[in-house]
Amino acid sequence: MYTPQMMESVRRVEDTRQARLEAEPARMSADAKDELLKNYHPDYRSEAFDTIMVGANKGERAPKELVRLLHSNSRILGKKVDLDNPSVETDVLIIGGGGAGASAAIEADEAGAKVVIVTKLRIGDANTMMAEGGIQAADKPGDSPVQHYIDAFGGGHFAARPQLLRKLVMEAPDAIAWLNRLGVMFDKDAEGNMITTHGGGTSRKRMHACKDYSGAEIMRTLRDEVANRKIPVMEFTSAVEIIKDEDGHAAGAVLVNMETGQLITAKAKCVVIATGGAGRMHYQGFPTSNHYGATADGLIMGYRAGASLLYQDTIQYHPTGAVYPPQILGALVTEKVRSLGAMLVNTNGEAFIHPLETRDVAAAGIIRECGERGLGVDTITGSGVWLDTPMIEMIHGEGTIEKRIPAMLRMYMNYDIDIRKEPILVYPTLHYQNGGLEIGSDGFTKAIDNLLVAGEAVGGIHGRNRLMGNSLLDIIVFGRSAGKAAAKRAADMKLSKLTLSHLADYAKELEKEGLKTGTVSPLLLPDYRREADEMIEV
Amino acid sequence: MKEMVTVFLYGKEYQVPSDLTIMTAFEYAGYRLKRGCGCRHGFCGACATIYRIKGKNELKTCLACQTQVQDGMYVASLPFFPTDKRDYSLEELRPDAQVMMELYPEIYSCIGCNACTKACTQGLNVMQYIAYAQRGDFERCAKESFDCVGCNSCSSRCPAGISHANVGLLARRLTARYIAKESGHLKDRIEEINHGEYDELIEQVMGKSIEEMQELYNNRDIEK
Repeated sequence: MYTPQMMESVRRVEDTRQARLEAEPARMSADAKDELLKNYHPDYRSEAFDTIMVGANKGERAPKELVRLLHSNSRILGKKVDLDNPSVETDVLIIGGGGAGASAAIEADEAGAKVVIVTKLRIGDANTMMAEGGIQAADKPGDSPVQHYIDAFGGGHFAARPQLLRKLVMEAPDAIAWLNRLGVMFDKDAEGNMITTHGGGTSRKRMHACKDYSGAEIMRTLRDEVANRKIPVMEFTSAVEIIKDEDGHAAGAVLVNMETGQLITAKAKCVVIATGGAGRMHYQGFPTSNHYGATADGLIMGYRAGASLLYQDTIQYHPTGAVYPPQILGALVTEKVRSLGAMLVNTNGEAFIHPLETRDVAAAGIIRECGERGLGVDTITGSGVWLDTPMIEMIHGEGTIEKRIPAMLRMYMNYDIDIRKEPILVYPTLHYQNGGLEIGSDGFTKAIDNLLVAGEAVGGIHGRNRLMGNSLLDIIVFGRSAGKAAAKRAADMKLSKLTLSHLADYAKELEKEGLKTGTVSPLLLPDYRREADEMIEV
Repeated sequence: MKEMVTVFLYGKEYQVPSDLTIMTAFEYAGYRLKRGCGCRHGFCGACATIYRIKGKNELKTCLACQTQVQDGMYVASLPFFPTDKRDYSLEELRPDAQVMMELYPEIYSCIGCNACTKACTQGLNVMQYIAYAQRGDFERCAKESFDCVGCNSCSSRCPAGISHANVGLLARRLTARYIAKESGHLKDRIEEINHGEYDELIEQVMGKSIEEMQELYNNRDIEK
């Protein structure tokens, strides 16, 4: 399946394999890492960012594509929306049907609240489903939540909000136990001990996994539990704006039927934004590992309603996205491949970086190798480096790949590449939104005291980079907590008259700044049609 | 010039580059997908697709996002399939032989045609895991069905009306909850946390300056 030029490079990788097995590449010093990031990480390309001109984060920078949507008007500005006769009324409205939304729904339901989930695709069509490698929790002897805190805080460049990070690590073991009780099949040995590995930047082996279907196993279990509890899920129904009341509380959302375009009013005493990430915005033209609906909708809706953003200028590029074959461009190659021993190797067969540096450092290293150093391998979609997968079975024995990373084996076998025998080509892929809406440790936004945010839509839990396995963890910890808090808040919440006046106020602010983008937001779905601009609606 | 192939999307003819997947071929042809498109990387089962190559008899099933187009491909997507999920409370179930009989009795109507296995987009031995479920061997059923993405291609081909994905899911939940051994280290750690054993230590690190934290982080020992 590889071209003859690629095969020449494969031979060099094979020639150095035995020697590389015997020598662990050096880890970089703190200064060397800072230098590498400054020169090669996409977050440092200033031309890819613009300044936000309106709202709570006015004057701060964000990716151009996000700023464009923040500078656009609502899809429903000036549209007639019947706020007096809502067709949905509930205690807790959860926007988003991924891991955070489903966890929140289960806990809010458990607490006795009436819950509705709305999701623009199907429940489970979310980045949670695609998380492969695992979920962190410090539950082994020799590890502790404090050690987990230090790893995550340092890995996130000392920018995480301490209260949020404390919650993440202290509630991690209970999150694992909760999932296990719901029937998530973690990899265990015969005595019941969790099989755990390292991730990039961890100092202890605390990565729990369900083969390399970790997120899928969690998501399908949560989805099944939501169904068993008969929690209503409105699929193919997207929230397009938060509704407020005249006292400034969140009071529900305007929804749109994705297939018919019909607008629907949903009234709620408490709203949870669990809309996930933004990979489909393709910041800086990067391909993405994210699902089809990852378009930052919650950030746009929340911001327009008055909530603030935090670290909206920092994005995670996963170092190992597929770059060949072209059919799987951008697809995630789980970090677990490196946890199991595969090294990152350039065209000459040299391991140019320690395979378990944090994601931002590893991504910057690959970008340098393929760029300035010119030691990448050319493909029709761009340059990449080798991820030397055959090392895994040399270290752990034959059969390891099929047992521990079957999804990877399957994905490449579709294109006649046997990762047990041949290395694979990777390049960074847009993977995770480090920033998002700002919350307090109770999960509520500061501006609106009955609006919660959970999951990837939150900023500040991880800081300016996130460790592998801390996102599956955060959606569960903060999803559960948001569900409980929402149920409690809804019980004593009294709403006044519903309004969408903040949309007109926002429009005035845009006008005052002279901003005209020619589009509306949130995006809802990307448009991959060829020649989309020349097509007409029929 | 790229090599082009002819595909028939819902019977209508389009020329598309030969290196596209079925999903990107739809988009190349001008479709803006809403149904039948989820994670786009083979994990969510949203894009179950049926196809036949012109002139060939065999009907095939696949995930549109994981399958390259071929010349003469007639394609229909199957974005929704009415499976039958039974509601239950996992806490009230036990992994005994009656569970499947009560919740999914239709699995005992399996005629052994193996159409489910042939239809599986993940290459799983579906009929085998249904057989394990019939016998109440939940652990084997769980392992055999583990890589299921729930595209329901199997169910679309089943003469007995079995909702295979739901059966596998039930077996996995039962296995994880009742059959796999509990993790002692997990239970211990939760107790320690609940007893406040880490409260003081974590307050200490939270109170440190950035410089102190850098020192701590850069010099921490890393388990081999």
